[in-house]
Amino acid sequence: MDLHTLTAHELAEKIKSRDVSARAVTDAFLARIEAVDGDVKAFVTVTADRARETADAVDRRLAAGEEVGPLAGVPVALKDNLCTEGVETTCGSKILRGFVPPYNATVVDKLLGAGAVSLGKANMDEFAMGSSTENSALFTTRNPWDLSRVPGGSSGGSAAAVAAGEAPLALGSDTGGSIRQPAAFCGLVGVKPTYGRVSRYGLVAFASSLDQIGPFARNTRDAALLLSVIAGHDPCDSTSVPRPVPDYRAGLNGDVRGLRLGVPSQYFAEGIAPNVQAAVLQAVELLESLGAKVETVSLPYTEYVLPAYYILAPAEASSNLARYDGVRYGHRTTGARDHIGLFEKTRDEGFGAEVKQRIMIGTYALSHGYYDAFYLKAQQARTLIQRDFAACWQSGIDALVTPTAPSVAFGVGEKADDPLAMKLSDICTLSANMAGIPALSQCCGFSEDGLPIGLQLMGPAFSEETLLRIAHAYELATDWHTRRAPL
Amino acid sequence: MPEYETRVGMECHAELLTESKMFCGCRNEFGGEPNSRTCPVCLGLPGSLPVMNKKAVEHVVRTALALNCTISLHSIFHRKNYFYPDLPKGYQISQYGNTPIGTNGWLEIERADGTTKRIRITRVHLEEDTGKLIHSDGAGYSVVDYNRSGVPLMEIVTDFPPDIESAEEARLYAETLRSVLLYLQVSDGKMEQGSLRAEPNPSVRPVGSDTFGVKTELKNLNSFRSVQRGIEYEAKRQIEVIEGGGRVVQETRGWDDDKGVSFSQRSKEVEQEYRYFPEPDLIPLDFDVKWLDSLRESLPELPNEKKRRLAEQYGLPASDAAQLVLERETADFFEAAAKGAKDPKAIANWMLGDLARLANAESVPVHATQVTPGALAGMVGLIESGAITGKIAKSVLEEMVATGKTAAQVVEEKGLTVSGADEVAGIVANVVAANPDVVAKIKAGNDKSIGFLVGQVMKESKGRAKPDDVNRLLKDEIAKQ
Repeated sequence: MDLHTLTAHELAEKIKSRDVSARAVTDAFLARIEAVDGDVKAFVTVTADRARETADAVDRRLAAGEEVGPLAGVPVALKDNLCTEGVETTCGSKILRGFVPPYNATVVDKLLGAGAVSLGKANMDEFAMGSSTENSALFTTRNPWDLSRVPGGSSGGSAAAVAAGEAPLALGSDTGGSIRQPAAFCGLVGVKPTYGRVSRYGLVAFASSLDQIGPFARNTRDAALLLSVIAGHDPCDSTSVPRPVPDYRAGLNGDVRGLRLGVPSQYFAEGIAPNVQAAVLQAVELLESLGAKVETVSLPYTEYVLPAYYILAPAEASSNLARYDGVRYGHRTTGARDHIGLFEKTRDEGFGAEVKQRIMIGTYALSHGYYDAFYLKAQQARTLIQRDFAACWQSGIDALVTPTAPSVAFGVGEKADDPLAMKLSDICTLSANMAGIPALSQCCGFSEDGLPIGLQLMGPAFSEETLLRIAHAYELATDWHTRRAPL
Repeated sequence: MPEYETRVGMECHAELLTESKMFCGCRNEFGGEPNSRTCPVCLGLPGSLPVMNKKAVEHVVRTALALNCTISLHSIFHRKNYFYPDLPKGYQISQYGNTPIGTNGWLEIERADGTTKRIRITRVHLEEDTGKLIHSDGAGYSVVDYNRSGVPLMEIVTDFPPDIESAEEARLYAETLRSVLLYLQVSDGKMEQGSLRAEPNPSVRPVGSDTFGVKTELKNLNSFRSVQRGIEYEAKRQIEVIEGGGRVVQETRGWDDDKGVSFSQRSKEVEQEYRYFPEPDLIPLDFDVKWLDSLRESLPELPNEKKRRLAEQYGLPASDAAQLVLERETADFFEAAAKGAKDPKAIANWMLGDLARLANAESVPVHATQVTPGALAGMVGLIESGAITGKIAKSVLEEMVATGKTAAQVVEEKGLTVSGADEVAGIVANVVAANPDVVAKIKAGNDKSIGFLVGQVMKESKGRAKPDDVNRLLKDEIAKQ
């Protein structure tokens, strides 16, 4: 039996029933990493010893007849911007090389509390800025479906790890599509929860008003389980919302009858590849055949999403990344003559080109005399974008269906020299972050050359249950999610 | 040379008295082993997030109410971005723009001549303190202590154009403000430890000018005296610069209290670029009107009200009342001692005179010596009843401060009661008998000479005789001759 091909639910059940030991499962995934990660390069750090210790502890509890958590013995990969106590957390950046956090992110504690086994830290674009992992200061992760292509980004390592069978589950973070776009490129389910649904404490900040942590899985039920574990209010994060967390699996009944699905015309425009449009529209037809009501809707402020996002996210980033100054942790230059020199040289050596560019854009947008024209204007646009969505929900729409990305995974190096083209690959995903609403990507087909195509569902704040229900119903009627990358 | 006038804007920072820091659970206190009170939040570690200290918010709201401010029902926080090694996040969480917690208030000061003046306050807001850089001479590097990083800090800024027109007014403003903070128990007001920092912005202009002069900002003033001296020096310096044909440079200037001079620290000619924007990691403060009302109603009697009441209720001169109310405990001490006293003014005199001097020698506030309000009242009672003289009382009080005994105990143990009439009469008879020449002069009409005999009697009685008695007995005795 190839344990690494099983879903998280299958693994959890086998471990709980002591059909297989947690240790055996962990060893199987470590062996899989050993076998394929040289090609895929999903992991920045593999914490094999810790993983085995955690797995052994789960086995001891089970042997003693003690209660175990819902993820007992199930391996998970963590994006390398989630703080892990005692384990280096690089954020894909040279500037955080050697930074070992003295604390766990809240989601990491929740995972460990649920019995999960962390396998290690997954690669990402530096500070989560990018759509391909090519901005990682360490190396580029490859798409398990085609090693010449990117896995998407910024959570490309997390997505590739799950798609390659190196982990059944992974956590990523999503500021403008960084979970959904790699989920689409790698044929996975990826969820960006409502802003405030999951604690950001311990997530190295990119853009604080947009960042959310969310799950990667190979199917909806697994994603729902992982989301149930990590969601909830955290007294350490003022922006997390005190609202009860349901078991997101409870609503997965396959029934979409009567649900009203909106298809926003602006998301099926020029720039979206024909094969992507076709696959998504086919999925819409399928959902309609299952009893959903489909209607075309309009989100007129969509054209302002990208420009407003590329003011606000860099503005917040320019401030969030100010702390990397070489004084307390991470990279510190040598030979600086004063503190200004220390800051300038450390930051010049430590940050990559994309990060520097965004810091400069954000610094400019916040500067005296430009604030009103840029930052304030972008905030006003954000309000209008939020109103677009609010109007949809008010008219009775339960969820919107769009492509996740304009194309299937592109080749390594293909867009590396064209920052605008790279940024356009997030065109469909940015709006959910701007509006603070939940969104999900799932696989809705394959291109002729065998690459996954992603479909995005977006819903009102805290409608994760509905989005997962729709995705699950689609999954029951299709078999895309059962395909495996040819590794 | 034209006549110049001084205007002073004041920025004051007060560290707030809270159990924990502004945005984390670390303890908020002064000093200690460097970096012993730090955590991921106040060290600005990646991934950490701030959580608001509600007590700090309450302290600022109460202060704003006491300073007659309008309270913003909706108040937000901003990031003030700049790079410095003592600023671990690369930004300070502060309140910028139109919605600080308090706006448009005022504080009344009273000048030495008893006239009062309102100093308008433009804003009262909440922010966090930074760490401290420690430079070691010749080591070639500096180190940072983050114990102070994230300590809640309140900023109080006077309005423009400035109402403060002299160095003395600036000192009075700082003193009065400190009193208010102490009464509210929101700050310990220790200027020497930096928990209360006053940063005056003095400028000068020729009398009659319709524009204001260029201001400089003074830092490291760690006493009220240095506030006044610093401004006096700076105003004089600015006038000399202008009269010498120069231009006052807008800059931050440090104050060297030992040398009594200010020195240039940092130019402010180019406006600092702080890139303020709303802090996305915190949710806005939305105040409930009922909560504000309950805070307003529970404000203590404030120094200015107390000063007026003490003067009226106890018949004190305004200047005495002003002295007594500077610290709430001093005023409480006075009221406890004056309760039921025949002459409250005598209580005030003793507190502001001898007791203050003795307390100062022990480096404690006047209310914190071993002398209780009851003991001080008892001592004044002994004087009033004629049991001891004022002169004796001085040494009695000294003993009370040193030992914590009551006046009655000291008097008893040392046998300091006023000598009986018989004893004094005996001494008088002896003195008269021993000085026949002086007596003769007096009889001849030289009344002044009686002073010598009084002195002799007082000396013989070791000060325990009452001068009135001595005078009367001497006259009787001389008349007998």
